[in-house]
Amino acid sequence: MRIATVRRASQVFFLVLFLWFCVVASFGVHWWQLRGWPVSWFLHLDPLVAMGTLLTTGTLYRDLLWALVTVALTVLLGRFFCSWVCPFGSMHHLVGYLGKRGKPHSRKVELNRYHPAQSVKYALLVVLLSAASGAILARFIRDAVRPSLPLIMLFVATVGLAWAVVGRATAKKRGMSAFLGAFIGLWAFIGSIAALDRMITASLQTGLLDPIPLVYRSVNLVLLPLADSTLQVLSVSQRHYEGAWFIGAVFVAAILLNLKVPRFYCRFICPLGALMGILGRYALWRIGRKCAECPQCSLCEADCEGACEPTGTLRLNECVLCMNCLVACRHDQITFSLQPSAGGEISVPDLGRRGLILSMASGIAAVPVLRLEGHMGANWNPRVIRPPGALPEVDFLSRCIKCGQCMRVCPTNIIHPAGLETGLEGVWTPMLNFRLGTSGCQLNCVACGQVCPTAAIRPLTLSEKKGIGSHAGSGPIRLGMAFLDHGRCLPWAMDKPCIVCQENCPVSPKAIFVREVFNTVRGGVVTLGKTEGSTVEVRGASLEAGRYGTGDYYLHVPGAKETTRIRIVANTDRTLSLAPVAPADFLSLVGTQVHIQVRLQRPQVDPDRCIGCGVCEHECPVTGQRAIRVTAENESRSRKRSMLL
Amino acid sequence: MNDYPLNRVWSRREFVVRSAKAGAILAASGLLGYGFYDSIGPGPDESPDKSSVLLPDFSIPAAGRKMAIATGDNRVQTINLALKALGGVESFIRKGDRVLVKVNAAFATPAIVSATTNPELLKELIRLCYSAGASSVVVTDNPINDPGSCFALTGIGEAARSGGARLILPREGFFRETTVPGAAHLVRWPLLYEPFHGINKLIGVAPVKDHHRSGASMTMKNWYGLLGGRRNIFHQDIHNLIKELAMMVKPTLVVLDGTTTMMTNGPTGGSLSDLKQTNVMIVSTDQVAADALGATLLGRSLHDLPFIAMAEAAGAGSCDLETIRLERVSS
Repeated sequence: MRIATVRRASQVFFLVLFLWFCVVASFGVHWWQLRGWPVSWFLHLDPLVAMGTLLTTGTLYRDLLWALVTVALTVLLGRFFCSWVCPFGSMHHLVGYLGKRGKPHSRKVELNRYHPAQSVKYALLVVLLSAASGAILARFIRDAVRPSLPLIMLFVATVGLAWAVVGRATAKKRGMSAFLGAFIGLWAFIGSIAALDRMITASLQTGLLDPIPLVYRSVNLVLLPLADSTLQVLSVSQRHYEGAWFIGAVFVAAILLNLKVPRFYCRFICPLGALMGILGRYALWRIGRKCAECPQCSLCEADCEGACEPTGTLRLNECVLCMNCLVACRHDQITFSLQPSAGGEISVPDLGRRGLILSMASGIAAVPVLRLEGHMGANWNPRVIRPPGALPEVDFLSRCIKCGQCMRVCPTNIIHPAGLETGLEGVWTPMLNFRLGTSGCQLNCVACGQVCPTAAIRPLTLSEKKGIGSHAGSGPIRLGMAFLDHGRCLPWAMDKPCIVCQENCPVSPKAIFVREVFNTVRGGVVTLGKTEGSTVEVRGASLEAGRYGTGDYYLHVPGAKETTRIRIVANTDRTLSLAPVAPADFLSLVGTQVHIQVRLQRPQVDPDRCIGCGVCEHECPVTGQRAIRVTAENESRSRKRSMLL
Repeated sequence: MNDYPLNRVWSRREFVVRSAKAGAILAASGLLGYGFYDSIGPGPDESPDKSSVLLPDFSIPAAGRKMAIATGDNRVQTINLALKALGGVESFIRKGDRVLVKVNAAFATPAIVSATTNPELLKELIRLCYSAGASSVVVTDNPINDPGSCFALTGIGEAARSGGARLILPREGFFRETTVPGAAHLVRWPLLYEPFHGINKLIGVAPVKDHHRSGASMTMKNWYGLLGGRRNIFHQDIHNLIKELAMMVKPTLVVLDGTTTMMTNGPTGGSLSDLKQTNVMIVSTDQVAADALGATLLGRSLHDLPFIAMAEAAGAGSCDLETIRLERVSS
């Protein structure tokens, strides 16, 4: 079997596997729904996820250890992942193939020629990783002036450098030594005058462009909901995602660009491909030419996926191991071997020292500039309610890769990708919307934290979420607090009985309780006429027939005892029928002015009990701007946001 | 550049070197993965500030419980009289002492509305400290209004400068977490700690003011200005909080200025009609006793001000005026 066929089989296998994992991330009881399927496995395999979180948190969380497998194979083979595993890469591959089909050979070769802009992806990678390493860098700088181990290392390094300078060394090495010496000196100097850790912080933004999170959120939040709106297999009702158009637009643009240049995203943008290109720098096996003399028929370049120029000097870090050149060559020139290409090879990206330093500087500077908005501190946005178990905001943003797995898995569809609510940094991070979806955050559900690949939402147990058992001391996880809008609430503002919010409050004892009041209805002051049994005639008003027979209306004599309210059971325009318990003397008040009153139960939120689950907001019959709304005040993930003592 | 030129056969040495480099990357990734592997993930707590602090005890045990009440409308005279009655400032401030004066600079209002520590009183107090041989005097507060404006408009800043004291305005980096032993509210709470650096004597200087939530703002409530963070949530349990403040701070002396008392519209005041001339200056080693006496200037009983009994029960002092050494002097 030809190697390209094997590659295609691998691509189909992994693409189908990926789509399968997207499909089975559905809530339900069937074998093809959530049954321990490793739905985030491609994210675990992604070395950029592992490296990003390693830089921001100093830890490699659980299944991210899988990334080591990818790294090991990449170090030995190069960017095999791009052409053999990556589901996004396979999509590009297919669309790029379709776009090229029927074009003349020369045009195909032209499309696959190396372009200097392919180094842009390395710049993007450096920017993203620098933004993620701000906190570590600042700590290194601070540690440089502490009398601890780093200082000793610094001393050793300085002595070593001094030796290199005064000892025998080439001019190049001397220059290098001088540069390093100056760098370390500057490092110690800055560390001694400024506490940079107050300014420079880390933010994990790799997920914006990392192809694995990108393809996960595109498929899960755009393609599947679209497909399922006709099939209705994956969920009982249409899944919605705020801002899905933007995710979809990025996805479609990335896919359509293949028609312009095959594998446009992989060649120019993909930071994961860039990382793998660097990791595979010393790949032992690689594509290359056997002899320097080659007929230059460029058959091999017609389908070269990486634009790595196998006919010329091979660009090792651009080669995605599609193996098309190996198959296409009719002169037995191309091999996959331990030898470097006879045509020569270039194994480092075309970025240059200036490009590198510029990208690093902009990545490091971007985070403190973005945080000037104050979203991490006093100016935090209370409309952004994070899922249960979400870490405090700064820690959360140093882990969230915007993959959308929590949004996909949420059975009630309340987790949505954020727009600019928490600034540019928070784009596509999860936030709750209690109007969309089928309910609030379910009391007995912890799915989002279980599926989160980086523990930005940490995995909760049910007892921790509910604050029971061994977690009784710390209380339940609170997402925020429900606030009543008295101007919109029916019993508060409009004399209408309601309390749907109170009934649906899932906390026990309920966080919403009611206070009973009786209000005289509009035009409800009437004079009693003659009575007949328990039916009384009213004078001076024409009533709306049937209106007061709902069980919520009472007749009250002002000045009488509070308890002397008699329930109205029916009414015509001139009569009121009262409950049979009416005392006889009550019915003999002919000529007395009485009040028709409505019994209202006005909801009240108990701040010590409310967990901010949003069920009340979801159920509120004021369907536009709800009369009870949850905002993130008092959320338990950060002490600084507690509202109560 | 590690590029390979055209048409060259690779030596064994080159292959070995390349394999070693690839192996080194493999080993490094493996080590990183092993070293930083985290099977549990983050816990529920925000990482606590490891540099938690406790305020030291600034009281002088030998001085015992004593209080002086000087009557008169001239603060410079009454503070001198009161201190003299307690054995002179020298019995509290020794040569070489580094003194922190915690003023009440809460609002950006002029001194005449008496919402803040009187600048003349402050200046005289600083002079007295230096005359007793203090090597340095520091003045600080974390006011409610903008700090710069508060210290400028109240005249406290100018008084401190002209008196030769160092003025420390609060800054973000000046706060450290503190947990007051036995406290329910002051747990891992940011405390304005930087001004205490090197300090061995602490004097609190506060005016007597009406306070709508707690009933009165006097010497114990004055320590509120040492707190940072979102301290406004403490108003949900103000009396216990004032008790905890009294537990947190053990001052050398407190000065309660009742020359003019803010009777209404506290604690901001804003009008001269809120004020009443009461002509009393209280200096005490017992903050509970000083506040108990101050309550009478406001015409309030101890029952109106639950924090006083709470602070007494917590051992921060006593409002028993029978057992304290009480000196009454007048100008």
